[in-house]
Amino acid sequence: MTSTDDTLFGSSGRHPVDEPTHGGNGHATAPDDDGDALAPGTVRFMEDPLHYGIEHGPWPDDVPHGQNDMHWRYEDDPKGARRAEMRIAACWSLMLIGGLGLAICYATGGQAQIEGACLGIGFAGLGAGLVLWARDLLPGHDVIGSRGGLTHASSEEDRRRMVQSLGRGLEPMARRPFLFKFLGAVGGVFGVALLFPLASLGPRVNGQLGRTSWYPGARAVTEDGQPVKPSDILVNGVATVFPANTGNPSSPANAQDSTILINLGPASSGFEIGKGRQDWYVGALGSNTCIVAFSKICTHAGCPVSLYDVQSHQLVCPCHQSTFDVLQDCKPVFGPAPRNLPQLPLSVDAEGYIIARHDYYEPVGPGYWNRPSAVKQP
Amino acid sequence: MSTTQERLADQRRRQKVKSAQDYIDDRFGSSSFLRSAMDKIFPDHWSFMIGEVAMYCFVVLLITGTYLALFYVPSDQMVVYHGSYAPLDGQTMSKAYESVINISFNVRAGLVMRQVHHWAAVVFMAAIAFHMCRIFFTGAFRKPREVNWTIGLTLLTIVMLEGFSGYSLPDDLLSGTGLRVVYSIVESIPILGRRLAFEIWGGPFPGTELLNRLFVIHEFLFPAAITGLLGAHLAILWRQKHTDFPGPGKTETNIVGSRFWPQYMLKALAMFALTTAVLCLLGGLFQINPIWIYGPYTPYTVSAGSQPDWYVGWLDGSLRLFPHWEFRSFGYEIPNPFFPGILIPGILFTLMYAWPFIDAKIYNDHVPHNLLDRPRDKPFRTAVGVAALSFFFVTTLASASDLLGNNLHISYQRIIEILQYAVFLLPLLSGYIAYRTCLSLQRTGIHPIQKPVGGIIVRTTDGAYHTLGEDHGDHAADDLVHNGNGHGDGNGHGNGHGHGADEDVVAEGSDGELVD
Repeated sequence: MTSTDDTLFGSSGRHPVDEPTHGGNGHATAPDDDGDALAPGTVRFMEDPLHYGIEHGPWPDDVPHGQNDMHWRYEDDPKGARRAEMRIAACWSLMLIGGLGLAICYATGGQAQIEGACLGIGFAGLGAGLVLWARDLLPGHDVIGSRGGLTHASSEEDRRRMVQSLGRGLEPMARRPFLFKFLGAVGGVFGVALLFPLASLGPRVNGQLGRTSWYPGARAVTEDGQPVKPSDILVNGVATVFPANTGNPSSPANAQDSTILINLGPASSGFEIGKGRQDWYVGALGSNTCIVAFSKICTHAGCPVSLYDVQSHQLVCPCHQSTFDVLQDCKPVFGPAPRNLPQLPLSVDAEGYIIARHDYYEPVGPGYWNRPSAVKQP
Repeated sequence: MSTTQERLADQRRRQKVKSAQDYIDDRFGSSSFLRSAMDKIFPDHWSFMIGEVAMYCFVVLLITGTYLALFYVPSDQMVVYHGSYAPLDGQTMSKAYESVINISFNVRAGLVMRQVHHWAAVVFMAAIAFHMCRIFFTGAFRKPREVNWTIGLTLLTIVMLEGFSGYSLPDDLLSGTGLRVVYSIVESIPILGRRLAFEIWGGPFPGTELLNRLFVIHEFLFPAAITGLLGAHLAILWRQKHTDFPGPGKTETNIVGSRFWPQYMLKALAMFALTTAVLCLLGGLFQINPIWIYGPYTPYTVSAGSQPDWYVGWLDGSLRLFPHWEFRSFGYEIPNPFFPGILIPGILFTLMYAWPFIDAKIYNDHVPHNLLDRPRDKPFRTAVGVAALSFFFVTTLASASDLLGNNLHISYQRIIEILQYAVFLLPLLSGYIAYRTCLSLQRTGIHPIQKPVGGIIVRTTDGAYHTLGEDHGDHAADDLVHNGNGHGDGNGHGNGHGHGADEDVVAEGSDGELVD
């Protein structure tokens, strides 16, 4: 690159190593500075093993002289070379088998296992053949070269010049501090404006935090839309329900609504009723019908709490094993869930179907920064 | 030796090469660059192949992914399935799920492509993780390669997100559950979380926009980012050259191995073919992610035994192990998933990004290195790495706590409690064991760089000299580090310095035979 380099290695400047490098502790030489004394038009191709330009410049002590990188494994053994050739061909013939197999399999209707096996065989044959080709018949291994220095760090001179070039623009710029500040201010405003389109991505977080679609008098219906009578749920039975007439339970708008109905049965004599929740269950405590309803959305990470252990009357979330004791107002008794599952106040309508008295009084699901502790009712 | 015919053929070949070269060089002046590129030397060590395996997985992913994208429908519009897979007949599902079912059962070769794609993703992450371990434990991240470490780590992060986004595209029950958890994690970020979740999902979970957006992210943004970063990763590698393990004949300023052309190039192609072969066999013969068994996603159902792909397991496990803490004051709260889902991974990744700089501080080592450390020679670093791996191991195990409980007939509560202790104790214990192991290995093994090199000359009692052995190695690396210069004086007669050469055994420098 520079004439400095040439003086180090002599005018022909050939780095003594195989790998032309791009600078290195000031001992750099130029890649385009190759001093091969070949007449123009001479093709250097499979002629001489590289000799690393012994005639030029200092030789790195850690690069041995006279390496022959044209050597290959069966160089002196024509029979061995022929055998190697056959081995490689044998490997590659697997490609033929794999390819034909794949084609036939595909044409006759396709079958994933056979397709995968054929592809695998073909690629394996290709790869194995290439490895053998390189190993047995091609030169270029066990070569020692120089890295051209410990790092590719440029010389101090180069660094100084680079800073000089940079300064050509920077210094006159720095003499106009007003322009800098002005650009910063205007650019800031413009930049913020450029971010505005991002807001189209999502709707505004609405004001009614924590509301669900449950409303006073909403019938609890299963995912097929069937309303539920208390007698439909056997002792220790559970059912997942949604508010009636609010659309498809699978639709995004209703994802917060899923509620689990549990018939505690006789075990309900031990049910600890929360403050002000005396009439939130359906049936009678200790009888064969005592149905309570809790949000099915885990207060930890929002998975549906869908496993009910009838022995211990616990609800378990299959995602992270948060465990809620139904008899204790769905208090988390194990796992990472930090809060009770909110309870839905229940009642029975004139036709005997289970209805909600009201929406949840607490927000359902996992926490977030400004989660209200109680839901503001409209 | 050669016949006239062979000579003529040789001549003709040269002519052809020459005219091709002339055509290109007249336009691009590329000969000198190509020459240096073809002559470039790559060290031969199997562990340097792991990163390559990762790269080839990426290529396979691009090819199979493009194929799959031609059939996938990124739509959450609900349809009733009446296709060829009878068990799902009549079920309501999203168009996205239906399209993946069709890829699996109706598109010829679709299933094998899908499974190869999924296996390639799993192996891709594994190769990246192993590659990173190799870099870490051998100190390959040290100066001058710190920047490439950070690029590599960014690649790891993006590939992880890319994997997760692809895993979520089929909109099946398992991946939908994963997305529900991720939504909660995003939502848990203080102040911004809910806003951010709304922006990404287009509203409260499950949102209306996510599949569209995941499609763009998975098919375009992340692959473009990976391609760009991988390009930078390789360009820097090319410029700085590979590190190498110390050994006879290896110094900080030389490089021992195979030429790029033809050795390395063919072997690299072979590695590509063999990686593809393994992925095809896996994809054909080993079922992965059978979404038709999981069923379509609905927000109110989930199955027990919900485990994510292995590289996300540690996050899921952290969520399971973290205690039920949640902080609330003045009407604002920091929810539970924030700590194991954002804070702990954030701290870990910050430490990983900072490690080259921490390492340089610890060992007060600010000089460039091309020769690798043996793990035993840096016991503290090795201990930190082993501790980090065992943390990863315990949290991954925790993500299968329910399965473990079932299979070991222990209640899941006990399993989680045991793992809650283990997540602290096992890293400490394994780190300590690794540390002690390194120290005792140091005492027993001889460092390859300290093996005597050059001919060893022994003087017998009667005054005669014998040469004991000869090799071209030298162990001058130590000197080179301090010289910072490959052409320094220290080369070639290194042995005998400071490792207890006996009075009677002197080493012969290799200078005499090397310098003409």
